[in-house]
Amino acid sequence: MSKLPPYATPLQRGWHYAFRFICALIFLFLIIPILIIIPLSFNAQPFFTFTPEMLRFEASGYSLDHYRDFFTDSGWQNALRNSFSIAPMATLLSVAFGTLAAIGLSSGKMPFKGTIMAVLISPMIVPLIISAAGMYFFYSRIGLQGTYWGVVLAHAALGTPFVIITVTATLVGFDRSLVRAAANLGAGPVRTFFKVQMPLILPGVVSGALFAFITSFDEVVVVLFVGSAGQKTLPWQMFTGLREQISPTILAVATILVTLSVILLTVLELLRRRSERLRGITPS
Amino acid sequence: MADRAEARDAPVVAPIGNKQASEAKMSDASANGGPVLAADGTPLKVSLRRAERRLRLRAFLLTAPLLGFILLTFIAPIGDMLFRSVENEIVADTLPRTVEALKDWDPASGQAPDEPVFRALYEDLKVAVAEKKHTQVGQRLNYEKSGISSVFRKTGRRIKRMDPDKPLKPQFVNADKDWGDVETWRVIKQFSPRFTDGYFLAALDMQRDAQGVHLRDEKDRIYLTLFWRTISLSAVITGMCLLLGYPVAWLLANLPARTSNLLMILVLLPFWTSLLVRTSAWKVLLQQQGVINDLLVGIGLIDDAHRLALINNQTGTIIAMTHILLPFMILPLYSVMKTVPPSYVRAAKSLGANDWTAFWRVYFPQTIPGIGAGAILCFILAIGYYITPELVGGTSGTFISNRIAYHISVSLNWGLAAALGSLLLILVLALYWAYDKIVGIDNVKLG
Repeated sequence: MSKLPPYATPLQRGWHYAFRFICALIFLFLIIPILIIIPLSFNAQPFFTFTPEMLRFEASGYSLDHYRDFFTDSGWQNALRNSFSIAPMATLLSVAFGTLAAIGLSSGKMPFKGTIMAVLISPMIVPLIISAAGMYFFYSRIGLQGTYWGVVLAHAALGTPFVIITVTATLVGFDRSLVRAAANLGAGPVRTFFKVQMPLILPGVVSGALFAFITSFDEVVVVLFVGSAGQKTLPWQMFTGLREQISPTILAVATILVTLSVILLTVLELLRRRSERLRGITPS
Repeated sequence: MADRAEARDAPVVAPIGNKQASEAKMSDASANGGPVLAADGTPLKVSLRRAERRLRLRAFLLTAPLLGFILLTFIAPIGDMLFRSVENEIVADTLPRTVEALKDWDPASGQAPDEPVFRALYEDLKVAVAEKKHTQVGQRLNYEKSGISSVFRKTGRRIKRMDPDKPLKPQFVNADKDWGDVETWRVIKQFSPRFTDGYFLAALDMQRDAQGVHLRDEKDRIYLTLFWRTISLSAVITGMCLLLGYPVAWLLANLPARTSNLLMILVLLPFWTSLLVRTSAWKVLLQQQGVINDLLVGIGLIDDAHRLALINNQTGTIIAMTHILLPFMILPLYSVMKTVPPSYVRAAKSLGANDWTAFWRVYFPQTIPGIGAGAILCFILAIGYYITPELVGGTSGTFISNRIAYHISVSLNWGLAAALGSLLLILVLALYWAYDKIVGIDNVKLG
């Protein structure tokens, strides 16, 4: 399909290359906005476009000023600290609750499975602004609004659907006779879980954890409402920065976050391959 | 046979060693025609049922912590929001005597209520002013009729100087002449029940007055306009995603695995990049002094004085959101196109179809499930978006979510915010139901 047959008419030949060209443009549309902020973040001037010095590749056009700003400014550092104290805690809660629930849900004996699944997945489906509004109303009733735990609980709730989905997907390929074999050999349920089941579904759990982490780490709408100034996270700081006065430090932060997502993507891909290997499926 | 297979799946019944014995016994028993017994002598059916019950309980107990957690941290807040959209306790709680006294008053009479009602109001307001709650009632009623807030504030300042021994009605009318207006009292009476549909009416640009419920004037219909804009812009964005996503998905599905995996990175990287990073990138690119305008000026397509306004309007919202949602269209399309056998198109061509007919009559219909899944997913995500429209949408490119956020944090009209949120939630759930019918909730896959 993708190769041009030798008998193709000139029209087909033309369309073939035109199509490739269009696809190339779409790929550029997807990737350019992300790539373009990387060189711009090294701009020596506080502008958001390429200065003539940058285009001539002169050293004076580039600098690490915006990165220095990010690492010395107390506002940004506070935000970074908050992000790294909220996201891991939320991830921990999501993974602990989510993994147990996924095992229960995929045992095949779950009563009202459809309804329960719908409830558990709902935080992923409901638009964030609605979750944020509801949580703001309810958490201020019970005194959680504007607290660290309020934000952590909210983010944990938003992250669990991802854990459930990834762990359930791994459990599909899990051979149940292994659990029975372990029981037959005298292991208790807890020991069976940690020694037999957990190592095998670990790739799913880890990728679920990564999803949950990135959900919390990137999340801004809920934290805007549920959090207060003491829980200002990195995305929140970026949001205020973009809304009020856009400072080039944001580009440096953005570049750092892009690097982070590249690392994350690599880890996930490696996990996927490992999981497929463990389940005996050869990667395509 | 099915029962036996089930029994074998239930490890709690008996250790494997006993199981063989029980199976042996079972065939014996079947031969004799009596009830089938398990190893410990109970009928197998009872034993099996007990084991299954235990398994179900175990499955449920594993799920219960999360269920409880989600109910508390997520479902309760949503419930609270739905409750707030109809809740209206403040009037009945702050002005209980007035509400009671107003029961016998009929706004159709065209006359302000008489002395007893004013006496009740005096008693209520004395308590409310001491607790500083009269301004809250005033603010609540102000959502329904502007001006009432100041009536309550003014009267609150005067209440101490009123003389309860003289007729109170003239003193109230003297404090603020609106107390003599039927309309003020009609609003108080109308919003005295503990539950109200007033927020929903307001969210749908309707109002209730002496003539009943009707739509507001064309120029005052802000929420219907916003809902319509949210839906139509989301549709445009979904359409753009389909237009850009279809060729790319086709290319990815038909290239050799090595190349397509490499190109897939170009789709997955944006998918994984922080939403705020992508929004800031567009903010930088689309500015008047930004890269795109500089480029267009540089190649002479536009002159410096006529830089394009690409941001803080609908164009900005459409461009940025299409970019953000495009991976959500490409991935489902790709996974469906992967399953379409290429031999069908070859067969169509060998039967005489030209390229277009082969595509349109044979290939395209087989990708419709992917189109449905991707389009609904994009649309659901788009109508609930807040961050991107807020940052690049200006005033003409904002969505209903931005209005909800405004009512929560700026105007503090939480009831209206809750009503708008409830309407948006109903819309999303309906779409999600459609998604479930077309794709199935179990087919949600990540990465």
